[in-house]
Amino acid sequence: MGEMEQMKKEAEALKTQIEAARKAACDTDMASAASGVAPAPRVQLKTRRTLKGHLAKIYAMHWSTDNKLMVSASQDGKLLIWDSHSGNKVNAVPLKSSWVMTCAYAPSGNLVASGGLDNMCTVYNLKTPVIKTVKELDAHTGYLSCARFLSDTEILTSSGDTTCALWDLETGKQKTVFLNHVGDCMCLALSPDMNSFVSGACDSLAKLWDIRDGQCKQTFQGHTSDINAISFYPSGNAIITGSDDCTCKMYDLRADQEVIGYQDAALNSGVTSLALSVSGRLVFAGYDDFNCNIWDSLKGEKVGVLSGHDNRVSCTGVPVDGMCVCTGSWDSFLKIWN
Amino acid sequence: MSSKMQSSNNIAQARRTVQQLRLEANIERIKVSKASADLMHYCSEHAKYDPLLMGIPASENPFKDKKPCTIL
Repeated sequence: MGEMEQMKKEAEALKTQIEAARKAACDTDMASAASGVAPAPRVQLKTRRTLKGHLAKIYAMHWSTDNKLMVSASQDGKLLIWDSHSGNKVNAVPLKSSWVMTCAYAPSGNLVASGGLDNMCTVYNLKTPVIKTVKELDAHTGYLSCARFLSDTEILTSSGDTTCALWDLETGKQKTVFLNHVGDCMCLALSPDMNSFVSGACDSLAKLWDIRDGQCKQTFQGHTSDINAISFYPSGNAIITGSDDCTCKMYDLRADQEVIGYQDAALNSGVTSLALSVSGRLVFAGYDDFNCNIWDSLKGEKVGVLSGHDNRVSCTGVPVDGMCVCTGSWDSFLKIWN
Repeated sequence: MSSKMQSSNNIAQARRTVQQLRLEANIERIKVSKASADLMHYCSEHAKYDPLLMGIPASENPFKDKKPCTIL
């Protein structure tokens, strides 16, 4: 038997082995296990702020760790820094390329980053008297879909070139490249302990990576289309994904499989974004149909909806203190709800 | 690319795929019942600290609109 044939056989055998091991661990599902849990209350949130200022579709937003400031990115070619309490704009950062797809706030509050169809991640210092570009991270060969700072010296990116990368912000170079996806990487999320991250891609897979050794540790399947959004459950033991297949799923990392899905026959719009409340009980998922649906993460039931945008909800975010949820839309507005 | 190079690239790719699958096959897995119980426990322990779940009293809500002032 040729080596190629042999390896195909071994690959098939390993896939069967993994499926069998998952099945053996699958003694119940989350919804059944949670049948005794009191239902989450009906969640009715009000719009507290509508942030107007962008002139085109908003593609991304990210909260600062101070729970007050946030950054948003629009294809009007600007990053805007908002004081969410007052609703005022604190800063405007003009972008070299208006085709922005992501933005990020560093945990320190000193830096923000943006990136998109320019294939680059640009990092800006907000604390200099005039906002300065401090680095242009240029090595991806496809669009930048997501960026997240680990600190003021390291940032993680995901790209349409199917890779993710960890960059050293002092040298501007990639320290580690994470290779394994076979489709455009669309999103990433850092684990609470910062030792790993997960990525979602157009190959409909989510992957767990060790940040330091660069290895893909686990692969989660089940979605039937692009995964656009991904988040860690606050305990760090599970992840939630949102997809163009109109569903969200929770995968438990230690059981290595899907434990519950969030879907509704009436919903036939793709999921663009998601964010969790601080206990993990509520999942805020933004959809192409202009709404953000609120799911009970344990029971899989829809417990509320945020309606108010006039176009696709493209991004959602809950600050660290969990006091509100922000939605951003192609209608050019951001809304704060609680 | 010559067909020889192409086939050796394919073999290298296949080797990587098998290597990755071996790694993923060998992890320890816990039962879904245990995983679910732990997730439920985390939720219930942290529910009281979840403002969006518990509701926020107006006096503690930084986003609550302040009453408008009228200048007399």
